[in-house]
Amino acid sequence: MMMTRRYLGLYLVAATIAVLPLLIPNGFYLDLVIRMGINAVIVLGLNLLIGFAGQISMGHAGFIGIGAFATAVLPTHFGWPPFAALLAGAAAAGLLAAFVARPIFRLKGHYLAMATLGLGIIINIVLRNEAKYTGGPDGMPVPPFTLLGLTVDGDRQWYWIVSAILMVSVWASINLMNSPFGRALRALHGSEVAAQVVGVNITRYKVTIFVMSAVFASLMGSVTAHYVGFVSPALADFGHSIELITMVVVGGMASVFGSLVGAVLLTALPQALATFEGWETVAFGVILILCMIFMPRGLVPTLAARLGGRRP
Amino acid sequence: MFAEFLQFLFSGLTIGATYALAALGFTIIYNASNVINFAQGEFIMLGGMLAVYFTDAGLPMPVALPLAVLIPAIAGALMARLTIEPIKGAETVTLIIVTIGASLVIRGLIQVWLGKASHGLPAFSGEKPIRLLGATLMPQSLWVLGVSALLVLALWYFFNRTLTGKAMLATSFNRVAAELVGINTGWVLFMSFSLSAGLGALGGILVTPITLTSFDAGIMFGLKGFVAAVVGGLGNGLGAVVGGLLVGVIEAFGAGYLSSAYKDAIPFVLILFILFFMPRGLFGVKITDRV
Repeated sequence: MMMTRRYLGLYLVAATIAVLPLLIPNGFYLDLVIRMGINAVIVLGLNLLIGFAGQISMGHAGFIGIGAFATAVLPTHFGWPPFAALLAGAAAAGLLAAFVARPIFRLKGHYLAMATLGLGIIINIVLRNEAKYTGGPDGMPVPPFTLLGLTVDGDRQWYWIVSAILMVSVWASINLMNSPFGRALRALHGSEVAAQVVGVNITRYKVTIFVMSAVFASLMGSVTAHYVGFVSPALADFGHSIELITMVVVGGMASVFGSLVGAVLLTALPQALATFEGWETVAFGVILILCMIFMPRGLVPTLAARLGGRRP
Repeated sequence: MFAEFLQFLFSGLTIGATYALAALGFTIIYNASNVINFAQGEFIMLGGMLAVYFTDAGLPMPVALPLAVLIPAIAGALMARLTIEPIKGAETVTLIIVTIGASLVIRGLIQVWLGKASHGLPAFSGEKPIRLLGATLMPQSLWVLGVSALLVLALWYFFNRTLTGKAMLATSFNRVAAELVGINTGWVLFMSFSLSAGLGALGGILVTPITLTSFDAGIMFGLKGFVAAVVGGLGNGLGAVVGGLLVGVIEAFGAGYLSSAYKDAIPFVLILFILFFMPRGLFGVKITDRV
């Protein structure tokens, strides 16, 4: 019984993924859905950090940038196979996160925000300035993804690849949250000192989750790069980090399905507002403010509580 | 050699004075409400953009500039009323996100209203450079430094010698105790946002003839002001001023001697080092948490 309940949402996601291709009218919407899926995976990772562990990262787009540019630069300039470049990007993002995590996580609240923000901005500036490799502010094209002689080609194929990654991420997140590791993380959010007293090694948990979310972000950065066929440093800028935080917050902190809802809604929003230049920024701001005032836990947890108390 | 050194020092102090005003803005709000106001940079932008708008509309400087300070100050109070007061006492993450929301609203509205172009202002008293020991100093730099110094003195007087200022200071030390002696802490919140916004706007106006401004100029100013406030130890007024000047000077020397392309990265590298090795900033006091 417990098992079916736990995976109910997962089945729902799987059903949606299976049915969607029949409903999508044209390439424009297919592209939108793929980008929703990519954002959903990144937001899942970031939500593990912000929602479950209560640690804010204001430079997460930096890790996306590392993945995206590893995928663009290593094959183009050094002849690496794309899969190796993707792994190298993920490893670099993970190592960087691990390297800075220890000193960073001694910090709290505002200092933590400052440190992650600084890290993200430095990565973005490096990408903008090393024009010899990265193409500078204009960005650069990315070769297609090939593995074992097969080349991923066309949006349909990317749809299934991104869907598969999303399914695995949702499954892993659900299991992680119900594991001792997840319970420790939630304890951390509740009270760090209390968690420490009952024997949770808080620094190790925080570092682990930070590294994991950085690797998630880097991998999806690589996927984005291959899918779009082009990368620019805007992928790694402060504004993008803020967009990702918005998705976490609107969907629902500490909610796996909140992450999906947040990513879907806020990926669609700029499309809906595309004709009103500038208003998109205003809309993002108003949504953030209203959300924090009227449902600080986010859409999914608030609705779930209202509909009868069971957390999805 | 020395002339070059002096030149970098001048430009560093000038830009540093603006960072110092921004950092003071962060500090005042942080002390009054424990909020880091990520919209601080937008008030700097707002000051510059409004000054440009009003002077272009034909208003004389002595009318245009005060208006360009007054309107952001009102916007600051409005922001406190609409976004901060409803969620008083929320978690750090929530407070940070609300101020980011406010910054997006301000930036977006200005982008819609005044467009994406960069704008400048004429220098207040001519463009004739002053020669000093081989280096040149623009008159506008003197305006920035002079007005900033006056503002810092005025703030010191306000917080240490006037009843209103002392009430704000008392609130930052202990909100409940301040309420018990009859201080209206809700009013202190509006006051602090208004004051910070006005300070930022004034800084933005002063520096616009040197750096130009545009709808997105507030992002970097705000973030570097935050760096300056953290360098000085969050919540420490003197620290904010020293932090601002220090960040400005280090940025100018880094740009001059190391790499001008990495100018914007320098404050952030600095802050990472400081946070790694002295997590409370240069002037921060050691605090212990109650559980």
